[in-house]
Amino acid sequence: MSSTVLLTIAMLSVLGLLAAVILYFVAQKFKVVEDPRIDLVNEALPGANCGGCGYTGCRAFAEALVKSTSFEGLNCPVGGADTMGKVALILDRQAVAIEPEVAVVRCNGTPDNAARTSYYDGAMSCRIAHSLYGGTTGCHYGCLGCGDCVLACKFDAMYMDPVTELPVILDDKCVACGACVKACPRSIIELRKRNRKDRKIYVSCVNKDKGGPARKACKVACIGCGKCVKVCPYDAITMENNLAFIDSYKCKLCRKCVPECPTLAILEIGFPVKEQKPAEPAKAETN
Amino acid sequence: MFKTFPKGGIHPPENKLTADKPTVILPVPKQVTVPVSQHIGAPATPVVEKGAAVLAGQVIAEAKGFVSTNIHSPVSGKVSKIDTVVDTTGYKQTAVIIDVEGDEWVTTVDRSTALEKEITLTREEIIERCRQCGLVGMGGATFPTHIKLTVPAGKSCDQVIINGVECEPFLTSDHRLMLERGAEVLTGATIIMKALGVERAVVGIEANKPDAISHLTELAREFRGITVQPLKVKYPQGGEKQLIKACTGREVPSGGLPIDVGVVVQNVGTAFAVYEAVQKNKPLVERVVTVAGKSVTNPGNFLVRIGTPVTALIEAAGGMPDDTGKVVNGGPMMGKALAITEVPVTKGTSGILLFPAVAARRAEVLPCIRCGKCSSACAMGLEPWLISVLSEKGMWDQAEKEKITDCMECGACTYTCPAKRPLLDYIRLGKSTVIRMAREKITK
Repeated sequence: MSSTVLLTIAMLSVLGLLAAVILYFVAQKFKVVEDPRIDLVNEALPGANCGGCGYTGCRAFAEALVKSTSFEGLNCPVGGADTMGKVALILDRQAVAIEPEVAVVRCNGTPDNAARTSYYDGAMSCRIAHSLYGGTTGCHYGCLGCGDCVLACKFDAMYMDPVTELPVILDDKCVACGACVKACPRSIIELRKRNRKDRKIYVSCVNKDKGGPARKACKVACIGCGKCVKVCPYDAITMENNLAFIDSYKCKLCRKCVPECPTLAILEIGFPVKEQKPAEPAKAETN
Repeated sequence: MFKTFPKGGIHPPENKLTADKPTVILPVPKQVTVPVSQHIGAPATPVVEKGAAVLAGQVIAEAKGFVSTNIHSPVSGKVSKIDTVVDTTGYKQTAVIIDVEGDEWVTTVDRSTALEKEITLTREEIIERCRQCGLVGMGGATFPTHIKLTVPAGKSCDQVIINGVECEPFLTSDHRLMLERGAEVLTGATIIMKALGVERAVVGIEANKPDAISHLTELAREFRGITVQPLKVKYPQGGEKQLIKACTGREVPSGGLPIDVGVVVQNVGTAFAVYEAVQKNKPLVERVVTVAGKSVTNPGNFLVRIGTPVTALIEAAGGMPDDTGKVVNGGPMMGKALAITEVPVTKGTSGILLFPAVAARRAEVLPCIRCGKCSSACAMGLEPWLISVLSEKGMWDQAEKEKITDCMECGACTYTCPAKRPLLDYIRLGKSTVIRMAREKITK
């Protein structure tokens, strides 16, 4: 009886050894050499797989980072400077200073401002509404209000305001991954430079119509009068297709343009309620 | 004797309220708005300037490219301005706005109503005339007619089908046209046969129009090669592929065109327009529009000039009822709701329907219960529940495999869905996305 047991053990040992030898050689033959730094970089990334960097996920971005020679055009908007600093440490490279950004909804077409001319009761999707017609207001550029951007946000940084019927972005949660920008069929949402105390000055309108029709459709539409362009001391405002645009990287938040706008299309957010002296423009934070 | 297509189909209430209302000619409005894009393909380019005097029938915008047609002035008067306006699609586009002065026509147009049966033009001349006169498919798709009349190299055509099905509820403009101008429609069919070089034409008419069937059968005896085919009532029989299957038994392959099985389908409205263009040299500047709805006081069929505001049509039908909740351009199944009524009638406007708010509102959307009603209703043999979900989730590759592009957007699935799911909305989104992606792939 004991010989059967011994024989079994011996047989299994021999088989196991044989398998181990085969597996060893196979593993040598089909070995995939991977840069160990990819794993390290992947560890350092946030792991949200949001695609904000332009790659399919954090792993793909880590591979791209390791493969690249400089950080030119590579940035993790979620992790920001912190994460990129860590990555730079792993890869032993110089980190590039990157401005943090925040998403901004450039439409103020609330029911009060833009009168509703029709009622949409199709499928609740901006893309579908956009493919069907101009929208529930007279403005064919503004927010459709079905919330595709809110669905696209992976960081819980957006919600639809039931009163204004517009999406709201929570600045403290927004990581500027750009998912909402891609989801919006009307390109209303824009990534802008994040300023100190989340202060913002922007033209809250994307209507490219001439002044008359734009104003008729919405009380707070940009009518393309050009007053703000003239008053801006930093050449931050440009006028194209009857629409003013404030470059957030040139804007020094001096707020000279805000009172100039006849339709109140330029919004200032995050500033103290009391008017400050115009002599001290708030200096932009460079981080 | 009554034929139909085998797969799918539904029976919505017919509601042909205006079937016995003779066509009324609507007076020319004070001002018309003529969009430069009333067809599938490239928009035409305006060739008149502000302040120019135009005659009815004069070209005001020229075709740009092959898939495009000319646009003619439907009235005489002065060009008030060339501006962007909202049209029936709900989007802004360029239009020529003309202030009407009198009703002077271009002298080459024969405006008499005498029947002209002798066809003197050759094949090429007929196709050229259709192009010059800006003819498009009048069934609603507005595809330029001259392209359909040109058989592509390598293909052959042996039969013409004239589409007199009008399977959409409420609409009766084709029905009235067949009753009132039957001989002209059949002459138009003969012209189409000549242009395509075929000997046989079938006029498909659904059984709910017995007067049109008997009238055209009677008339067809005097036309060589034309027969009338009565069809069972079933939506969407007016779809090209369904009509071909019903009339000839041939099946157009997936992704193919009717010409692949040797058939060309033309609407009765188009046949009439071909007759007017070829025999009377009259461009496409007017059409019959059905205005109907349950609470409309004076529903009817109106012959209007292109560019007439929809509001004028609604006025003619007794004004907008107080309970109106939705105004639809086209039939209730495939038509599109209008966001505003200040839009012009275009070449593709077959009907203006006014629905009470109670009937028009969509019901609350509930989860799919996998009952399969949509699959059995689909005349193309697709699985609407599946492709709509694939589209909702953005799974475009899978949607393409499930033949989303074969959908003709008839809306039968949404109509039958007991959970009131907006199936077609999502399928349409998926279809346009898949087509766009395929195009991008080709250009890459």
